[in-house]
Amino acid sequence: MELTGAKIIMEILKEEGVDTVFGITGGAAIEMYDELAKTDIRHIMVRHEQGAVHAADGYARAKKDVGVCMVTSGPGATNTVSGIASAYMDSIPLVVFTAQVPTSLIGNDAFQEVDIVGITRPCTKHNYLVRSIEDLARTVKEAFYIARSGRPGPVLVDIPKDISQTTTNYKPSPRPSLKSYNPTYRPNIRQLRWAMGLIKEARKPVIFAGGGVILSGASRELTKFAKRLKAPVAGTLMGLGAFPGTDKLWLGMLGMHGTYRANMSVQSCDLLIGVGVRFDDRVTGKLGTFAPYAKIIHIDIDPTSIRKNIPVTVPIVGDCKISLAELNRLMTKESFTVDKKSSKLWLDQIEEWKKTMPLSYDQRKTIKPQHVVEKLYELTNGNAIITTEVGQNQMWAAQYYHFDQPNCFITSGGLGCMGFGFPAAIGAQVACPDKLVVDIAGDGSIQMNIQELATAMQYKLPVKIVILNNRYLGMVRQWQELFYDKRYASTDIAHAPDFVKLAESYGGVGMRATRPEEVEPVLKEGLNTPGLAIMDFLVEREESVYPMVPAGAPITDMLLVN
Amino acid sequence: MTEEKHTISLLVENTPGVLSRIAGLFSGRGFNIESICAAPTMDRLVTRITLVTRGDESIMEQINKQLNKLVNVIKVQDLTETDFVEREMALVKVKAEAKNRAEILRLVDIFRCKVVDVTPTHYTLEVTGTAEKLTALLDLLKSMGIKEIARTGSIAMTREKK
Repeated sequence: MELTGAKIIMEILKEEGVDTVFGITGGAAIEMYDELAKTDIRHIMVRHEQGAVHAADGYARAKKDVGVCMVTSGPGATNTVSGIASAYMDSIPLVVFTAQVPTSLIGNDAFQEVDIVGITRPCTKHNYLVRSIEDLARTVKEAFYIARSGRPGPVLVDIPKDISQTTTNYKPSPRPSLKSYNPTYRPNIRQLRWAMGLIKEARKPVIFAGGGVILSGASRELTKFAKRLKAPVAGTLMGLGAFPGTDKLWLGMLGMHGTYRANMSVQSCDLLIGVGVRFDDRVTGKLGTFAPYAKIIHIDIDPTSIRKNIPVTVPIVGDCKISLAELNRLMTKESFTVDKKSSKLWLDQIEEWKKTMPLSYDQRKTIKPQHVVEKLYELTNGNAIITTEVGQNQMWAAQYYHFDQPNCFITSGGLGCMGFGFPAAIGAQVACPDKLVVDIAGDGSIQMNIQELATAMQYKLPVKIVILNNRYLGMVRQWQELFYDKRYASTDIAHAPDFVKLAESYGGVGMRATRPEEVEPVLKEGLNTPGLAIMDFLVEREESVYPMVPAGAPITDMLLVN
Repeated sequence: MTEEKHTISLLVENTPGVLSRIAGLFSGRGFNIESICAAPTMDRLVTRITLVTRGDESIMEQINKQLNKLVNVIKVQDLTETDFVEREMALVKVKAEAKNRAEILRLVDIFRCKVVDVTPTHYTLEVTGTAEKLTALLDLLKSMGIKEIARTGSIAMTREKK
């Protein structure tokens, strides 16, 4: 078949099962968009390219599939960078098509030309500039394959305008094989046996689950493994939902804003089993003091994650789902049983930590942000897809909303990209039209991609936005309170729009709560609104997130209350 | 842990930007490159890169893994762990005045260099050897006045088993 480059891209999108593309057109992208419009693929036209990438990210996580973006050259391409970097840090599979000036103009500083492949090299899993029409089909196929295989991640494909216009003979090709890229899925059996040896000896085991569990769809295997081992499970921010948040063995999040019991358990355990984690600094605190009594088993599909930050006893390179299934199989085969006496002692100790220092706040005359999240959890029965912005709102969401299912908590974990939550909610709502999708937002972050209100309205996406409005860039204010003698340099953002009127001006519904007794009625009204709703909660201005471990301190150094 | 010199041999796909991916990986993660040398192999789709770096055991493990993670990298081998041959070449333009012309030629002889260009005032020498040998020669020539040098950086490969 003789097809243009643009048409070939559409053919491959169909082959890859793509049903939605997020983006904005432009001069160099016009040909691709002309062809896209002729297909059945749904296009969600956002209002800023960063929104397109975050939306594709939210879509990818909610749908457990690749998210696809399409943007124009130059500024269209540069606007995607924060979104791509966020997806890269969180290992989210995306394919981003950026248009480029015609090949004859590349390097000439042409209008809307930018070297986006050069710019995104360190924040993509891989990227391509297509220089010849003959390379196009293979490149696009490879992009999808690389994005979704191994440790997933964003792949960018830069398409010069003339490539999208030139024709060539196209016939569908099978899955690409790359001689230099071959992820390891199956763990080494000797490593697994070694791990089993440590598991049998352990008296105080803790499992530490991360985003890798969710990405590989290993929640069921993890739950089985933990129950069999009677091991409590702590999660990273990215790992929330990997293990049921209401289970007795759940410890909560660990690290800087982790629960008392999670941090104490990790610091006291004799075996730490890290699954799909990368021992980020927000989790470990001061490296030399992390899990001092523990032998460490680390399962991850990316060998670079292992021993990058901390030494481990047993490294296991492999897919989390396959590795956990293999460990479960070994346990059965070897008729593994838990030593009842030591297990009881350990679990009793954890119960005690749980009782002495539960997450708490003090409800007074002003609305507490934690109370809003807690009520939201109650009213939605924990069944909503929650996205968050970045900062205090994100931490309160992680602490007070409990996730029993994977793929329901969508947040910019690694990059901490403000402005993520709302476009991600749009993407999640597109992926799951029948689910309730709520963005838990701060008044700072929500303003960073507020323009996407138009997108949500245009496509009738009934996203709910809960703003925990403290008129501060709250997380930085908290640090200033604790470590900078309350000098609130450039964190007061009281000068802000009226969010109720803002929602109305876009055609949505807005409502506000200023007193604690208004929280529940406003949430009920907002959640029951058929379309988009902004719920603006004027919360205690100087409320802080606790527990808090100061950056660089051991994770037992927790500041517990105001 | 002590930082040691490591010579790494890479086979990579001969595609645009591959060198910049490798250089970017080193600068982005704070690893250092002492020298880097790239040229095609017999297979024109494959390039060999020889790279000299320094690091302790854990840094070397990360460098190795991170290089392997790059999609365009086919093979990574830390030659320092094997028996290998390493060579570097340099061109040295040295001031050659009447009083030290003979001395320079003696050094040329001792170090098995070649004189590749001669003018009334300068010699240009071609020298190959290990980086240490080149440095030793340059130290000796320094007092006579080195006008310019160009070094290739190391290239290396494993010795064939006997």
